[in-house]
Amino acid sequence: MSGHSSYVPKTGIERWLDARLPIVRLAHDSAVSYPVPRNLNYLWTFGGILVFMLVAQIVTGIILVMHYTPHATMAFNSVEHIMRDVNYGWLLRYLHSNGASMFFVAVYVHIFRGLYYGSYKAPREVLWILGVVIFLLMMATAFMGYVLPWGQMSFWGATVITNLFSALPVIGETIVTFLWGGYSVDNPTLNRFFSLHYLLPFMIFGVVVLHVWALHHVGQNNPTGVEVKNVEKDTVPFTPYATVKDIFGMVVFMIVFAWFVFYQPNYMGHADNYIVANPAATPAHIVPEWYFLPFYAILRAIPDKLGGVLAMGSAIVVLAFLPWIDTSKVKSMSYRPIARQLFWAFLAVCIGLGYLGAMPAEGGYVIASQIFTVLYFGFFVALFVVGLFERPKALPTSIADAVLAASAKNGSAARMAAATAAEPNVKG
Amino acid sequence: MSRTSFRLALTGLAAGLSLALFQPAAQAAEGAPKPPALSWSFAGPFGTFDRAQLQRGFKVYKEVCAACHGASLVRFRNLSQPGGPEFSAGQVAALAATYQIKDGPNDQGEMFERPGRPADAFPSPFPNEQAARAAQGGAYPPDFSVLAKARTYTRGFPTFIFDIFTQYQEQGPDYIHALLTGYKEPPAGVTLLPGQNYNEFMPGHLIAMPNPLSDGQVEYPKGADGKSPVPETADQYARDVAAFMVWMAEPHLEARKRLGMQVMLFLVIFAGLLYYTKKKVWSRMPDGSPAH
Repeated sequence: MSGHSSYVPKTGIERWLDARLPIVRLAHDSAVSYPVPRNLNYLWTFGGILVFMLVAQIVTGIILVMHYTPHATMAFNSVEHIMRDVNYGWLLRYLHSNGASMFFVAVYVHIFRGLYYGSYKAPREVLWILGVVIFLLMMATAFMGYVLPWGQMSFWGATVITNLFSALPVIGETIVTFLWGGYSVDNPTLNRFFSLHYLLPFMIFGVVVLHVWALHHVGQNNPTGVEVKNVEKDTVPFTPYATVKDIFGMVVFMIVFAWFVFYQPNYMGHADNYIVANPAATPAHIVPEWYFLPFYAILRAIPDKLGGVLAMGSAIVVLAFLPWIDTSKVKSMSYRPIARQLFWAFLAVCIGLGYLGAMPAEGGYVIASQIFTVLYFGFFVALFVVGLFERPKALPTSIADAVLAASAKNGSAARMAAATAAEPNVKG
Repeated sequence: MSRTSFRLALTGLAAGLSLALFQPAAQAAEGAPKPPALSWSFAGPFGTFDRAQLQRGFKVYKEVCAACHGASLVRFRNLSQPGGPEFSAGQVAALAATYQIKDGPNDQGEMFERPGRPADAFPSPFPNEQAARAAQGGAYPPDFSVLAKARTYTRGFPTFIFDIFTQYQEQGPDYIHALLTGYKEPPAGVTLLPGQNYNEFMPGHLIAMPNPLSDGQVEYPKGADGKSPVPETADQYARDVAAFMVWMAEPHLEARKRLGMQVMLFLVIFAGLLYYTKKKVWSRMPDGSPAH
């Protein structure tokens, strides 16, 4: 939807700069005049929320690094030093640790929104794949960040997850030694994780730039999945319409974020991580952070170690192939009666896997994990098959038509028509 | 249709995410009873510490627990900081001076002992873990600095979801109080080895620490009528020392909750204003058609 630019430099300085580096034009075209489908719901505010969370994590993280010591004998106490002696250190640290969780809350809403409304379909395949890449980088970053306080769960989580690579044939052991910087998780591991934990967010930032670029090139999807046909009728300019809506969504999200930071700062963590790392004592249950639990359940469902690792990896990688797995031409599942049921079942399966990931790997939990793992991958198979024969409901001819039909149903059309008739020039 | 479905989606996701949240398993023990949930002054959004309780808790810690348990991250000066027991600076300086702290090396390269200063950390009872284990028959008395946050018990489904809304996060002190008052005669069939004690709330029930608290063991400050305002019982000692341990683990708890209320108020009002701004903006579409 990158139409021609509507930017008109007003002052001499702007004209001078525009002729040399059209950076103001770029900002204007992508954040002011950029056309946004007028029927987006609040699920579309999560993209902006995610950018906010990324920036918040980078800012709090940079300040935390000024006080943190990445050494096996000092890391735990330096985090406590931040909590006790640094001015507002407790706030920075709780913002950062809860921020990671809220980042994942937002990204899961964002992913499932894309899934429901078919945002991965042509022409948004590259946009979607970049999203999967960001998700992978986020997981790596969060995992390494959790190791840095050097508590029991940091240490043992790092041990379990890095050990997974040893399942790979031939090169596995070498990779693990390379990750550890030795023959067990120790100070070199902490040092390299710290270094990478500082690097990866900037890589995420780079991929986010590509993600947004791709988005602005193809334009946003919308709840009907019908592409924009008439920019005048189907869209509104980004500013003020999307800007004010996104900021409102962001502030509501910040209320939830603040609730955890100020009142439940340790709710999403593990009590065991307030015990300093001890290679000689294994915790009763080694559990990853909540956002990894569904994948952890898949890992443990497969009795074979290499099989488990491959299943867990494919559970994420399969997402990148969604544009070609889904055979339906209709994007939005609102118009796909069967796929819609599948979507809700899939969501339930993911939640179920999350629950199973938190449970000990024994007895009925393993069997349930195996059933849910089959269902997880079954969703993608079903999506492929259903698209071949499913009869979608009638799509609206355009976004504007869908909006008009909805407002007519709400009985507000007459009122709105009267209001606009009285105010012929309504350009806000 | 799409409206209901995305509402459904939101509720589904919210419920799901909370369901998927990890339940702390650190102290999950088969068959162990749940520690009773006590009423703590520092619970909830307006929670503050009870100064008198923290001062009593410090006394219990100093006279009973500190014989074996260190609190190496806590400094004497913390005792006079706002939001804590709030002893006076003079009391803290006098208290610190009663300890001998190893310092050095001096100009001659010798280590030496000097009276403690408010900036010093609480001295640990043992020089290192090995010394502690050697003195305690192999058991290691954990450091108290963050122990109240390092101990918990399984809340279970669906309680852990309700905890988000009730802001319950006092698993630590509830568990500590229950453990300190949970010593029992072992049931038939359980034989204790030397150095083992039976505790109802200890995961696995076997604990090396003997029952540390008994009624009347610690003398509490007297009120105007010459009597302590709270009973001098093991149960009360356990409550007071658990509260003190929460403060040690979270010394800025009061500041956090106070700032939280200010942030919350700001965000809610800001969100309200933004909501009406958004409504106003969206009431006029560029082409004059209805927005929704």
